[in-house]
Amino acid sequence: MNDLKTLALALALLPLASQAQERYMTRNGHIAFFSATPMENIEANNHKVTSVWDATSGAMQFAVLIKAFEFEKALMQEHFNENYMESNSFPKAEFKGKLTGVTADQLKKAGNHEVTVTGDLTIHGVTKPATAKGKVTVDASGAISAASDFVVKPEDHGIKIPGMVRKNIAEEITVKVRLNYEKM
Amino acid sequence: MRLSLLMLSAFVLVAPVRAQDDDLLKLLGEEETGPVYTNAAFKTTRVINGHSLENTAHGVLDFKIGHRFGPANGGAREAYGLDGATVRLGLDYGVTDRLMIGIGRSSYQKTIDGFVKYKFLRQCDEGCGTPVTLALVGASSFTALQADQVPWFAPGREDFFTHRLSYAWTLIVGRKLSESISLQLNPGLVHRNLVELASDENDVYHISGAGRVKLSKRVAFNAEYFHVLRDAQPDFRNSLSVGFDIETGGHVFQLHFTNSAGMFERAYITETTGDWARSFDDPAQGGGFQFGFNISRVFTVHEPKKKAI
Repeated sequence: MNDLKTLALALALLPLASQAQERYMTRNGHIAFFSATPMENIEANNHKVTSVWDATSGAMQFAVLIKAFEFEKALMQEHFNENYMESNSFPKAEFKGKLTGVTADQLKKAGNHEVTVTGDLTIHGVTKPATAKGKVTVDASGAISAASDFVVKPEDHGIKIPGMVRKNIAEEITVKVRLNYEKM
Repeated sequence: MRLSLLMLSAFVLVAPVRAQDDDLLKLLGEEETGPVYTNAAFKTTRVINGHSLENTAHGVLDFKIGHRFGPANGGAREAYGLDGATVRLGLDYGVTDRLMIGIGRSSYQKTIDGFVKYKFLRQCDEGCGTPVTLALVGASSFTALQADQVPWFAPGREDFFTHRLSYAWTLIVGRKLSESISLQLNPGLVHRNLVELASDENDVYHISGAGRVKLSKRVAFNAEYFHVLRDAQPDFRNSLSVGFDIETGGHVFQLHFTNSAGMFERAYITETTGDWARSFDDPAQGGGFQFGFNISRVFTVHEPKKKAI
């Protein structure tokens, strides 16, 4: 009878063990983008990126408030919101996908891991499949950070660039993501 | 029997684990965002002659070139007004996102003007409940005409410096109603230290309004009207202007038709002589409307925003 009780307890605890998921989050991730043309270079920074990453399943999600991108020139920021991203209609860019290349166990000790993120990227209300290479770093203190550089084409997301400023805005925009994850 | 009960309890316990939330971001709950202010209610800080509810951003210098041709009813001999010109060159600067200052020099009565504009309230999209933008503009002008050329010149009258000054207060209450439509009321007071006629008043109040309709991402239609509250003055009319804003990156071009020749408060509110009703009459009767343009070019001279990491 005692054995049976132990078994029942073990069985009851089993699901709890599998529920202990390794989830990480940030509310102040950094995303920067760069447009380089012979005419001018444009750079914008957003320090309010939200992301959640479930290291157990690999599921990863981002939400990026478009109005939180800060430009060097106020007018650029206004035009970015008003003419290109139409941020009143599409206030957020989102990503939902999966990260592969690192396991929850590997995050317990310091190291660098080459990873791949694949999923759906929604910008300007247009969703496209996207894949990016990146790096997950666990430092000596156990802090987890992630970094990735990839390219987005405005055209792919239905962002029209008029002929007049075509030479000022690059066809391929470099996006840099830098995140310091916290355990949830 | 015992075993199956055990299995059932185990299954029930496992089940919730399967029902995982698909949306991980929901785990973070609602995000606290600071106030997000409505932007771009107007393309630039002027509707046509008058101030819009917009300010230049902090650290931005706006070079303004205002140009009004002669009355369009001048006919072919006057190239429909293109031969004539009054000009205002101005510099506006955003001291903060709420406070803007500016100076200008007009060929109209060789006038120097300056103003301070402060936004007390800013319309919000998110994070606060302010429904309107409220701004106050305090302006002053000084005419540098020679003593015998000022409108109030009379032989023997002493020419005091203070005679040449005028002041204007304008309150702007406006709202961006939708992506394309913005409206504002801008009542105010113009005080002239000295006026030409005893029948004219030193203090002139006006109830005025302006609006814009965006026609495309880069083109907007603007209109403004200044309704002056004073005893009828045979020579002066209310200022009415209509025009288009065309935005091309760093420049805003404003092309318009107006019955006012001057581009500072005293001139367009209290000294507008053009009369839309005379638009197609003999120019000897007086001017009608005229064609004009403003060009705004912005320069970021100070960058208050934080740099990238």
